[in-house]
Amino acid sequence: MPDQSGPPDSVGILVPTGMLGGGFSPDTITRGISLGADVIAVDGGSTDSGPYYLGAGVAKTTEGAVRRDLRLLLAAARSARIPLIVGSCGTGGTDSGVHWVAGIVDAICAEDGLDLTVAKIFSEQQAGQLITELERGRVHPLPPSEPLDAETLGRCTHIVGMMGHEPIEHALRAGANVVLAGRATDTAVSAAFALMRGMPPGPTWHAAKIVECGGQCTTNPASGGVFARIDHRGFTIEPLDPDTACTPASVAAHMLYETVNPYTMREPGGTIEVAGARYTAIDERTVRVEGSRFEPADQYTIKLEGAAVTGYETVSFTGIRDPQILASIDVWAEFFDKTLTERVASVLELAADSWAADLRLYGHNAILGELERQPATPAEVGVMLLVSAQDQETATAISKLANPLLLHLPLPTMNYLPSFAFATSPAHIDRGAAYEFVLNHVVDVDSPTGMFRLEIGPSHGF
Amino acid sequence: MASETNDAPRTLGDLALEVRSKNAGPFWMTLEAFMPDEETYRIADALITTELISELYHVAPASLQIFRIPDLHVVKVSFPRPVVQGSLHDRDMHAGQHHVPLANVVVPSPQGPGRVPVAGGPRRRAGRRWSGR
Repeated sequence: MPDQSGPPDSVGILVPTGMLGGGFSPDTITRGISLGADVIAVDGGSTDSGPYYLGAGVAKTTEGAVRRDLRLLLAAARSARIPLIVGSCGTGGTDSGVHWVAGIVDAICAEDGLDLTVAKIFSEQQAGQLITELERGRVHPLPPSEPLDAETLGRCTHIVGMMGHEPIEHALRAGANVVLAGRATDTAVSAAFALMRGMPPGPTWHAAKIVECGGQCTTNPASGGVFARIDHRGFTIEPLDPDTACTPASVAAHMLYETVNPYTMREPGGTIEVAGARYTAIDERTVRVEGSRFEPADQYTIKLEGAAVTGYETVSFTGIRDPQILASIDVWAEFFDKTLTERVASVLELAADSWAADLRLYGHNAILGELERQPATPAEVGVMLLVSAQDQETATAISKLANPLLLHLPLPTMNYLPSFAFATSPAHIDRGAAYEFVLNHVVDVDSPTGMFRLEIGPSHGF
Repeated sequence: MASETNDAPRTLGDLALEVRSKNAGPFWMTLEAFMPDEETYRIADALITTELISELYHVAPASLQIFRIPDLHVVKVSFPRPVVQGSLHDRDMHAGQHHVPLANVVVPSPQGPGRVPVAGGPRRRAGRRWSGR
């Protein structure tokens, strides 16, 4: 869709949902198209659900839900002849995630007879290349992290770079009707088409941030999608559910959501500055925003995300209802720790630093831990034991050693063995590899597209 | 949701439209108190200090960022996650339940005696963070 003439007066962006696979009403799309959408943009990923999805290269969403959403979006994009952009495919934005979504797109195109040009943009990075950049002094930590070392890069099972809008724009200019991007900033997915059509960066990036979670910027976050129209002086935004509203407060408040700083937000090529933005109600459900700015940075940077295996885990669960134990639950937990530690040393002969465990007392203080200030005697406590070791066999062995303690451990002062309430048989579940996010760094780059690889071609079946 | 009785202490959560918490990426946590009007915003603004947050969340004062947004009647606080998201000892993957210590802070009553900043009893030893180490 190359722009033949000058920039249009405005560009309309349809965001059907905050997450591909999250679901939306077909009316959402009909309404967005009728408002004159020029592009459909949807986010397919996030770090928010934890490191497993990036670490394992597996999607959080289920295939059926993604297929259902994509079928509606592909049909709408084809019939309105507008592009569809999906960012952070497969939750983590790994190459496997892009291939997974592309496979679903190909199958739908074949089944529904859609003839579309599909671009895949890969954002996965090799540790070796990044180690070279590290040695050149081009990798920098973001707060609160420490400078990176090569060993940490080497431990990652997957590393992705977060692309800006440029690789997506490149794919659109190459003729893509559907862009399936690996890891991208949430905003780049919505900003790319408008920037390509010459909309000003301040309003475009701000609008892209506001729409990135779909209905989160409305009075009813569960209602689904939103529509933003960006022009040369600002943007307007409205929900796609006619019974929901955007208000100046609901739109402004979205800059708070999952951000450290509500006024500035760093993108690869610069910083979104919204401290001077003015939010005005146009009618009871539409908001106008002007005054947003985008400050280009001196150095273009790509943020890295990486997950590494920290160990292999087994989770066990039991329930305690006995008031005598509950009255001294902290004493019981301490006795459990001590007993298990002794048993692991004496029976399994494991070095103390080769395993770890986390005993969580749900109903007592599991969630807040040492921050808990509400003293109460619970009616019952769910006891979860999470064991981590260097391999699954060891984590399972420790959990099996813990089993009789989770079933029968008395208080130190008791002279009989209680029996607690296992919820399942067996009481433990092997979790396999456990991951941790270990990268919070940016790399200086000379080209916004250099770290990303583009493949473009007809959808399967044509 | 204000208390019906005069003797029950009012908390920030009683006064607020919403007090919420969430990850801001895997390495940060952010808290927000949404107040309904200017009067309650002023109460929240006065109550939420570096000292209070540092005490409630065991974080170094220097690592805290507090944003006071009178136009929205919001006070927002961000700080590095004490436990990295998804690690063995992370019990709140989205940090979605960490607003509670802030929501439970007692608001000083206008006619009452001095300010009582924190609800609940003495700090308990909890958070079973241990290993064979």
